[in-house]
Amino acid sequence: MAYDKFTILTSTAVPLPIENVDTDQIIPARFLKATKREGFGDNLFRDWRYNSDNTPKADFVLNDPTYKGKILVGGKNFGSGSSREHAAWAVYDYGFRAVVSSFFADIFKGNCLNIGVLPVQVSPEFLQKIFDAVYADPNTELEINLPEQTITLLATGEKESFDINSYKKDNMQNGFDDIDYLQNIKGEIQEFATQRPF
Amino acid sequence: MSKTLFDKVWDSHVVRKIEGGPDVFFIDRHLIHEVTSPVAFLGLKSRGLSVLYPERTFATADHNTPTINQHLPVADPLSANQLKQLEENANEFGIRHWGLGHQKNGIVHVVGPENGITLPGATIVCGDSHTSTHGAFGAIAFGIGTSEVEMVLTSQCIMQPKPKKMRINITGSLGKGVTPKDVALFIISKLTTSGATGYFVEYAGEVFEKMSMEGRMTVCNLSIEMGARGGMIAPDETTFNYIAGREFTPKGEAWDKAMEYWKTLKTDADAVFDMEYTFDGSSIEPMITYGTNPGMGMGISKAIPTAEEVEGGKATYEKSLGYMGFHEGEAMIGKPVDYVFVGSCTNGRIEDFRAFASLVKGRKKADNVVAWLVPGSHIVEAQIKEEGILDILTEAGFELRQPGCSACLAMNDDKVPAGKYAVSTSNRNFEGRQGPGARTMLASPLVAAAAAVTGVVTDPRTLIEEETLELA
Repeated sequence: MAYDKFTILTSTAVPLPIENVDTDQIIPARFLKATKREGFGDNLFRDWRYNSDNTPKADFVLNDPTYKGKILVGGKNFGSGSSREHAAWAVYDYGFRAVVSSFFADIFKGNCLNIGVLPVQVSPEFLQKIFDAVYADPNTELEINLPEQTITLLATGEKESFDINSYKKDNMQNGFDDIDYLQNIKGEIQEFATQRPF
Repeated sequence: MSKTLFDKVWDSHVVRKIEGGPDVFFIDRHLIHEVTSPVAFLGLKSRGLSVLYPERTFATADHNTPTINQHLPVADPLSANQLKQLEENANEFGIRHWGLGHQKNGIVHVVGPENGITLPGATIVCGDSHTSTHGAFGAIAFGIGTSEVEMVLTSQCIMQPKPKKMRINITGSLGKGVTPKDVALFIISKLTTSGATGYFVEYAGEVFEKMSMEGRMTVCNLSIEMGARGGMIAPDETTFNYIAGREFTPKGEAWDKAMEYWKTLKTDADAVFDMEYTFDGSSIEPMITYGTNPGMGMGISKAIPTAEEVEGGKATYEKSLGYMGFHEGEAMIGKPVDYVFVGSCTNGRIEDFRAFASLVKGRKKADNVVAWLVPGSHIVEAQIKEEGILDILTEAGFELRQPGCSACLAMNDDKVPAGKYAVSTSNRNFEGRQGPGARTMLASPLVAAAAAVTGVVTDPRTLIEEETLELA
């Protein structure tokens, strides 16, 4: 049992319509010095969120009280760059439980799934609809239904389905992680290891 | 059935296939460093788990280490704590540890190959995206998150769906002053920063066949920058000559047996890739980046493209050029340079320093440039001294620092100040990557050398004399 269970999430959303958001923006390297998984949310998007004197940048979305919620909506190719799981931890620790984009970088996507943040990949058209709806009405709610694999704009009922492999889906719904699985097949792994030449 | 090189190595490491899910994938060799491992060890301890095969994991300190005065205590208490945690965790679980000051210490992707930890046909992971470097030997190597580091420690496996397959062929030969770094930046500029996401790449063609191991490492290192999990090159005589006799390579009968296997590690003639690209090597120029991701690269003699000429949204493009202080249509040649950084897991090996030295030899560092030359490991540092490269550098007004990741990600004190321009041989030009507000132009060691001696972005071909070409 590793993290929160995820079934249906209904929330307002925070829009970040920038493409290629890399993990150095999500959390800069100088904030990776902790040896415990605590407090990374404080430095989420640090250099977009704060000036060099640590005062908030008024024009960044996380500093705008108009937008809040448990769903972060980002532009294409979200999470590119470094493999730092700290980026997923920062997203989680800030309070997000799902990230929506039209395209995710591989390692970031895997890291999210491993800690219980759901990456939801939608079409570019649906992503634009979400941005338009949230800008038109910041109180607009999205429903992410993991069992049904759908994401819905509740105001209009427009929905799209998303992909997730059945193993990861089961893990997310039950709060299991891969270590639970791997511990159960340790004998099989040890047998395999004896066959490896190096 | 015909198989690709990637299929052969991947399929031989699958412990179990999960219907509708990932493969349980066996890892031969695991590299760890101080930044992405502490929470994994914490996880092990809180679950009461042990390390299944400690001899398959290797620890080195690199991301957070100072590059001067390494004999003194590390000043930053948070960095010092991470280094201490790595050492304690390694000791507690019986893992080999090459900490700060150890003669084998260095950047994880430099020390792996130079000690023979990296082998053809092996699977290698590390909590660092540039683990793709090791694919140069015909290994499957890729970066993982900390949850996966914990999985490997306790089970020697991770759970991964098999990626799709891409082959990138570069035909012909490279022109004057064009290095492996330029080949990689050229490919990324064509495919974009997400063009290979979901794929594992095999690099093939004459250009890679003729390339040195170190050049191949530079190319495979940058695979992640186009979104690929990793990249690999079929092992050949160049590979076998490089690994022979290194500390952790098989010896004697084990070597002969391994060689039999390694010689089978090539893509079958009629194997099929999900995606394939072919480029002409002679069309590649020395490259430089002008924007805030590694896909924003161009031939050094060209002009910065307009928003209409590139893929992606105009707003994102304008934000990127705005950060750099550049404009569409401008030339890069002649742009001012404040810092030059030579080093990193991309270009911190002996050949990179040879190339840099070949161009600065007999010239002087420009007064307006601060140069940080950081060897990838103590072994590289020793080679620089033994080969007389240090004398050339010193004569030209340069100093050599001590090994580590340094200004590539600026976790230590090697930070480029806000607004300043750096020509860097590293791998990422993201906003703030080399320090908050720093502006990075990625390039080869030759382009870095040309900038370091002229003080502006300069086409290295204008400084290269015919007899030094071979070094490049």
